[in-house]
Amino acid sequence: MKHLKLSGLEALVITPESNFINIGERTNVAGSKKFLRLIKDGHYNEALEIARDQVEGGAQVLDVNMDDGLLDGKTAMVNFLNLIAAEPDIARIPVMIDSSKWEILEAGLQVLQGKPIVNSISLKEGEATFIRQAKLVKRYGAAVIVMAFDEKGQADNYERRLEIVKRSYDILTQVVKFKETDIIFDLNIFPVATGLEEHRRNAIDFFEATKWVKAHYPSVGVSGGVSNVSFSFRGNDTVREAMHSVFLYHAIQAGMNMGIVNPSLLVVYDKIPKDLLALIEDVMLDRDEDATEKLIEYAEHNKAVKKDKIEDIAWRHLPLQERITHSLVNGIDKFVEEDAEEARLQSARPLEVIEIYLMTGMNVVGDLFGSGKMFLPQVVKSARVMKKAVAYLQPFIEKEKDRSRPSAGKVLMATVKGDVHDIGKNIVSVVLACNNYEIVDLGIMVPAERIIEMAKEVNADIIGLSGLITPSLDEMVHVASELERQGLHFPLMIGGATTSKVHTAVKIDAKYNNIVVHVNDASRAVNVVSSILSESQQDNYFKETKAENERIRHTYLNHNTQKEYLGIEAARANKLQLNFNEETIIKPQFLGIKVIENQPLDALVATIDWSPFFRSWDLYGKFPDILTDEVVGKQATDLFIDAKAMLKDIVDKKLLKAKAVFGIFPANSIVDDIEVLSPEYEPLAKFYTLRQQSKKAAKIPNIALSDFIAPKDAGIQDYVGCFCVTAGFGTEALAESYEKNHDDYNSIMVKALADRLAEAFAEHLHTEVRKKYWAYAANEVLSNEELIKEKYKGVRPAPGYPACPDHLEKETIWALLNVEQNIGVTLTESLAMWPASSVSGYYFAHEDSKYFGLGRIKTDQLKDYAERKNMDYALAEKWLAPNLA
Amino acid sequence: MNHHKSIQSLLQERILILDGAMGTMLQQYEFDEAAFRGERFKDWPSPLKGNNDLLSLTQPEAIETIHLKYLAAGADIIETNTFSSTTVAMADYNMQSLAYELNVAGAKLAKSACETYMQAHPGEPKFVAGAIGPTNKTTSMSPDINNPAFRAITFNELKEAYTEQVEGLIDGGADLLLVETVFDTLNAKAALFAIEEVKEKRGIEIPIMVSGTITDASGRTLSGQTPEAFLVSIEHFPLLSIGFNCALGAKQLAPYLEILSNNTDIAISAYPNAGLPNAFGQYDETAELMAAQVKEYLDKGMINIIGGCCGTTPDHISAIAALARQYAPRKIAVGL
Repeated sequence: MKHLKLSGLEALVITPESNFINIGERTNVAGSKKFLRLIKDGHYNEALEIARDQVEGGAQVLDVNMDDGLLDGKTAMVNFLNLIAAEPDIARIPVMIDSSKWEILEAGLQVLQGKPIVNSISLKEGEATFIRQAKLVKRYGAAVIVMAFDEKGQADNYERRLEIVKRSYDILTQVVKFKETDIIFDLNIFPVATGLEEHRRNAIDFFEATKWVKAHYPSVGVSGGVSNVSFSFRGNDTVREAMHSVFLYHAIQAGMNMGIVNPSLLVVYDKIPKDLLALIEDVMLDRDEDATEKLIEYAEHNKAVKKDKIEDIAWRHLPLQERITHSLVNGIDKFVEEDAEEARLQSARPLEVIEIYLMTGMNVVGDLFGSGKMFLPQVVKSARVMKKAVAYLQPFIEKEKDRSRPSAGKVLMATVKGDVHDIGKNIVSVVLACNNYEIVDLGIMVPAERIIEMAKEVNADIIGLSGLITPSLDEMVHVASELERQGLHFPLMIGGATTSKVHTAVKIDAKYNNIVVHVNDASRAVNVVSSILSESQQDNYFKETKAENERIRHTYLNHNTQKEYLGIEAARANKLQLNFNEETIIKPQFLGIKVIENQPLDALVATIDWSPFFRSWDLYGKFPDILTDEVVGKQATDLFIDAKAMLKDIVDKKLLKAKAVFGIFPANSIVDDIEVLSPEYEPLAKFYTLRQQSKKAAKIPNIALSDFIAPKDAGIQDYVGCFCVTAGFGTEALAESYEKNHDDYNSIMVKALADRLAEAFAEHLHTEVRKKYWAYAANEVLSNEELIKEKYKGVRPAPGYPACPDHLEKETIWALLNVEQNIGVTLTESLAMWPASSVSGYYFAHEDSKYFGLGRIKTDQLKDYAERKNMDYALAEKWLAPNLA
Repeated sequence: MNHHKSIQSLLQERILILDGAMGTMLQQYEFDEAAFRGERFKDWPSPLKGNNDLLSLTQPEAIETIHLKYLAAGADIIETNTFSSTTVAMADYNMQSLAYELNVAGAKLAKSACETYMQAHPGEPKFVAGAIGPTNKTTSMSPDINNPAFRAITFNELKEAYTEQVEGLIDGGADLLLVETVFDTLNAKAALFAIEEVKEKRGIEIPIMVSGTITDASGRTLSGQTPEAFLVSIEHFPLLSIGFNCALGAKQLAPYLEILSNNTDIAISAYPNAGLPNAFGQYDETAELMAAQVKEYLDKGMINIIGGCCGTTPDHISAIAALARQYAPRKIAVGL
């Protein structure tokens, strides 16, 4: 319950999952000349339209500011807020009363029935005033923004920010007893690139102070006026927009969770030209002495034309799919109907335009949002473009419907209460409607009572529930329990981004005796609905679905219920006992380290495992069957053709470079460690392995990787290998060259292909090791398919994967093989490999070695492990936290 | 008799029962204009019939008798007859000057009824809740369709009126304050603001209950808020309980109570009407029928305080109390 809650006519709960709260800032006389003019001239109705635009544009809180020398601020504030109260579509969201004058703030507090934010109070006029105002804010029932400002002035460096924050926080929580969640600090965003030495750290200090606040007062919010940061570049919107976006990107990572931003002065982070991005990051993060000079120079040469005056329409010459994706990503609705029409003419059925063209674009939007490179208001704009296109297509889809056939069944669709997302639901509705089902769409935010009442009223055959945000999951459970409580029997379909098979089975299905089926893919909906309604299949389908849910539930619950664990010594006593003898241990043909400088790419193409490639594009199915799949076959085939073409280009022109280094060494295990020796039998390194600790059934061992290597005290010499391969050199430059042309499709394509090549290389090298270098399976003959199914002897587990989840072990491999110097692959701070398309791991040759999951371990092992590795327990704990029971 | 410290602990132990309608019971007396006026107001210039709160002064026996009937029916908390005892609401009868006196008198009658009952039934604590109605004006909406920015009353004016009412209720001996039938959350915030000021001025603590009202199937308050928004808007006050009353019957109120119950850990109260009014504007849901619907709340474990509003009688309260005794209260946060 420790979240900031606000309200207008509706409630807004700000959770860590809320990402970033966008505050509409056009209803601010200090920030918008147009708004100021309207208020001054008394054109309140037009001023209201600005507020409405903000809400429709995705603002979650509305900032209202009437601070202007020529205005009676108090009267204007009261008048405007009173007018808003009469407009439910605006009054829906909470207000931020913004003023430097207390009397205006208080006047605003007296006319709002919801819970607003007061922006702002501070220690500027001393503690007594601060306490008095804070007490009143609390009594009126508002949240408050506290400026980092005190008697000495505004905090302009890291230390001053902390000093004021601490003091304000202590007073608010201890003297005023202000609720912690209702406090938001404005840590002062100052301009960077001003040319003044003392402003160099302005952005960094803000980020660091934000981090400090979130670390010490996690329930407190951090906000700020973002446009300040680009003050030096007034008049150059291109640079300003990019600066806002870069600033936000870093500030949000630091913990800033709301801010005053003009969404139309914000560019998608990923769309910032790379040269400009680098310059801005240099400035923001103070990475380069001459950063400011360079950015100013850039700005001079790229004098931005006023944004909305001249439109850049070069992208209109791109291929159709890319144009549609561009419109969706950039929220441009101007051309989408025209493009939808073109797509419709090229498609066999109008529905395909949605299923293929639009969904491909929305997947790109989803990825960018998921990785924090698009912000919510931009996504809202994308959704609007999507809706516009769907609306355009609707009549064509309707026309195609077979009117002669009676309705195949009635499906009631609703986005559950508290949720406003309906793209997925609309797509499913359209798809079902095309298949002759009658759709009763209740829209968004539909309470359980209404869903049930309507289902009864229209006599629905199936109820479809949709939702995108996490709380919707609970709401769906609620709907199911209500259906059960009232003894109703409507089959339930569950869909939407956060829903899952597991949640559906564990939480929803368990509450309801009729069918509950998870459908996350519009194309599957038709099958599901027809199975549920088919008289011949009905009973079977019911049984199968219930059984499947039961199975998932069982697996999940077993997985998560209290497992029993063995102490590490008991687990070791139950280790995997393998036979180590002349037959099982083959002395390698080659011992030592080998570097492969320039692996020919054509040798790898045949080894590519294509199924994961399609998965990376959200197309699920096994290769090559996927190419002929009824639903995704065409899309998969098109994609495959493009991929093959690019792959050919890459191979022919040697656009990517593949390198590898591997080593094979004498080794023996000592308890859970593997001692690695040089070919001259000098100790070189130790691989530290972790042992399964969950209590096993009789005769099932508790495995560690070290079990695959002969123990030292057995007196038999064994061997171990390790490797790193990459196919990533060149990927980034290629991807960038595509991105520059706004060609996300090919940019993603090249990365996906590089990943496949790296995996193929790892497979290829492993084969070489088995047959040639170590040669323990010199006579092995396996097809590619058998390779993919891992039919070979021996394994190549990778640090960071289930058998050995400790990423830190990569460092041992790097040191042992001198990976960085030999092939240039580096480890990032978070121990990811760079370039990204790289694979590393160990080689174990024993015929009984296998892949396994470590599962959860206890702290006794972790302590022992940290001691063996001579590392800080806290560090080990940090890296292995997901594995701790 | 300072027992209001213990209402928090009683709430942990069981579901508490609030009384039923005062107005419905008064209708049975069929008081005429003369009865409303009594001796003291026989020459008052404006008509007074219908000013139920005035009966605390002119027909005190009737009021106290009704209180006693509800106590006998099993009510733990009885509401003072002061729903409209503010200068704002009394303006309809030109009785602004009587506001304070009405509150003192209303609280004293309820207190006296409780004391009478407790003397006869030692060990059964009873509480007086000072009823604070919404008034007949709204701070969030304009009564003038041509001027949406107009307000018939300001926050400060309303706060002043509530301050006087709160002072009167406390002086008359109210154990709790109940800000009820909230149709405009800003009005309620003015009442709560007034209460905070009085508490601070007098250096006292007094438990506060708030009860909103959902007027129709839109599921919102008259001023347009959803139940969640209503909760969020007043949650900053240290409340004993929050809930809904009036306007709807028990059945229709259920989903909105559930929203509150799911979103807060303070106590939840409900006192619905005896069904929806019939074609004649009367409430005719029987005690049994209403209790059957209240059972749904209890089955779901979402209630801490339950009673009745328009149309309910001691029979309804007695039926509800009998039912509630079989259920454990909804779990609430401790230390309120």
